[in-house]
Amino acid sequence: MQTIITSSRTRDTIILALFALIVLTAPLWGQLIGAGYPDLLQKFAIFGLFAIGYNIMFGLTGYLSFGHAAFLGVGSYTAVWSFKLLSMNAIPAVLFAILLSGLFAAAIGFLSLRRTGIYFSILTLAFAQMSYNLAYSVLTPITNGETGLRVLRDDPRVIDTALGIQVGSSPLSDFFGLTLTGYPGFYFCAVMLILGFWFSLKIFRSPYGMKLLAIKSNQVRMEYTGFNTRPYLLSAFVISGMYAGLAGSLMAITDPLAGAERMQWTASGEVVLMTILGGLGTLFGPILGATTIKYFENIFSAFNEQVLHQAFDFLPQVLTDLMVAITSPFVGEGWHLTLGVLFMIIIIFIPGGLIEGIERFRRLFRRRHQPPGENPPGSRSHSSRGPAT
Amino acid sequence: MSDILDIHNVNKTFGGLRALSDIHLQIEEGTIHAIIGPNGAGKSTLLNCCIGRLVPDTGTVTFNGQSMIGLQPWDINHAGMVRVFQTPEIFPDLPLLQNVMIPALAKRDGTFCFNPLRSLAGEKTIYKEAMTALADVGLDQLCNQHAGSISRGDKRRLELAMGLIQHPKLLLLDEPTAGMSRHDTNRTIELLQKIKERGMTKVIIEHDMHVVFSLADQISVLAQGQIIETGTPEEIKNSAKVKEAYLGEADNA
Repeated sequence: MQTIITSSRTRDTIILALFALIVLTAPLWGQLIGAGYPDLLQKFAIFGLFAIGYNIMFGLTGYLSFGHAAFLGVGSYTAVWSFKLLSMNAIPAVLFAILLSGLFAAAIGFLSLRRTGIYFSILTLAFAQMSYNLAYSVLTPITNGETGLRVLRDDPRVIDTALGIQVGSSPLSDFFGLTLTGYPGFYFCAVMLILGFWFSLKIFRSPYGMKLLAIKSNQVRMEYTGFNTRPYLLSAFVISGMYAGLAGSLMAITDPLAGAERMQWTASGEVVLMTILGGLGTLFGPILGATTIKYFENIFSAFNEQVLHQAFDFLPQVLTDLMVAITSPFVGEGWHLTLGVLFMIIIIFIPGGLIEGIERFRRLFRRRHQPPGENPPGSRSHSSRGPAT
Repeated sequence: MSDILDIHNVNKTFGGLRALSDIHLQIEEGTIHAIIGPNGAGKSTLLNCCIGRLVPDTGTVTFNGQSMIGLQPWDINHAGMVRVFQTPEIFPDLPLLQNVMIPALAKRDGTFCFNPLRSLAGEKTIYKEAMTALADVGLDQLCNQHAGSISRGDKRRLELAMGLIQHPKLLLLDEPTAGMSRHDTNRTIELLQKIKERGMTKVIIEHDMHVVFSLADQISVLAQGQIIETGTPEEIKNSAKVKEAYLGEADNA
């Protein structure tokens, strides 16, 4: 049985190196599964970051926040304002987005963390919906309302102007001269994802991370053990808010505009689904969940009736029509139905998410290669709990 | 020796029920002080008033010269008063080793410490301390088991280890041997006697007279929210008032 303490630094270095390798070679293996283009790979990385950060709050402390989309939105708006006022360079955009979403998370967290359980969730949801509505109404001068905030040619861009950098009619973000569209954009997100994963790994392996898990396990006991749990929860909330802000800024970097729909509660719900689908509280689960959801969204939303007719063409005409009639609500616009079914199947049969599924599969495989009776006792217990990899 | 804990004029009512009335109790430093009494006498309420889980209606609780009324549980912990609960309060989702490392970290890090870049695997001192504490209660073999999966008796011993690793000035034990086998009870008595030599003050709430008379230096008898007698084990054995309280109970039963 693996615990935090027995996992050595060497092992973590290998994990990180493998992760970096998988992420950086994504354009290659992406082609094999029909995802080998930067737009989709960027989405994997951005939502992966969002979910990794969300997991630090929900996975480690057990506090279910329903308002993380607000931080995503704050990150996006901040990044676009950085493009408008300072420079088209991505670095200030990322830094300011992380900073501002962190401050925003500190304020919302400070108020919401006065309550626990369902009340905490409702408070975060309320704050996020308030932010969403404010973005459409009072804050229109900042958010540009329904039109969305865009980068324009005649924005001041103080730093760029001072350095004499010219932009075209529709300015694009860059990284010291390298325009961040297509694959450069993906690689920028990929590097951020690897950094984000590294920090999450560090938290999982730190005394701080263990204390967060202990709060999830028994918060009252933590207080009688001598810990003030509020600052622990608040700091975890701020960190996960910063991850969301980073993800939001990357959305703006790869496509320089920001709209309030990013702050809607459905976006908060989506990240909850991603985290649970992949494996709550695990290191790889959230990113696996994010990738899976975005991948299936891409596949199923692209299907239409014509494609379905072609797929069922081998059947007699009556059956083809029947199959198309049955399956068509699950594709295209209705792909959320497929997501719902997928989510239900996973939660009912493998409550620990995809990571637990993989773990079970591995155990099954190992058992087949072992004479019966040699299965070590206790190897099946509790593997889904705690910080698995 | 001076008094480490001074409970003065404590009253507590729940609705119409008077759980504690005019409690005066001094605990001398370095002793083992047992509080005995029938069920519902107010023993646990008294402990809860000491550690801040309940706020007494009147009176003061002074620990080591400092008032404990209104302090947060973590502040009371850092002042040096630690409680072991009646129903085991542990971290069921974490391995035993981490259950014990956490109170050790509380002792070192204080009420809050933000160190996400520090590696847990590098905490060699804390790790050794935790392993010693587990060995003290005989649980070192199970260090990688999840605390939720061990037996109830083991959970109690685990919680004892969690209390002892913090080297508190005063340890409050709420029925430390309830539900344990005779063998485990004797081991716990031995363990508590061993720690007595380290000069840790202990308050024990206990039903088991065998445990009380083998450990306690002082005994207070609590009945219907009042302390009816305090004295050495010999004095308590011979006290007419105590006999009356216990026999009176027996008559009613």
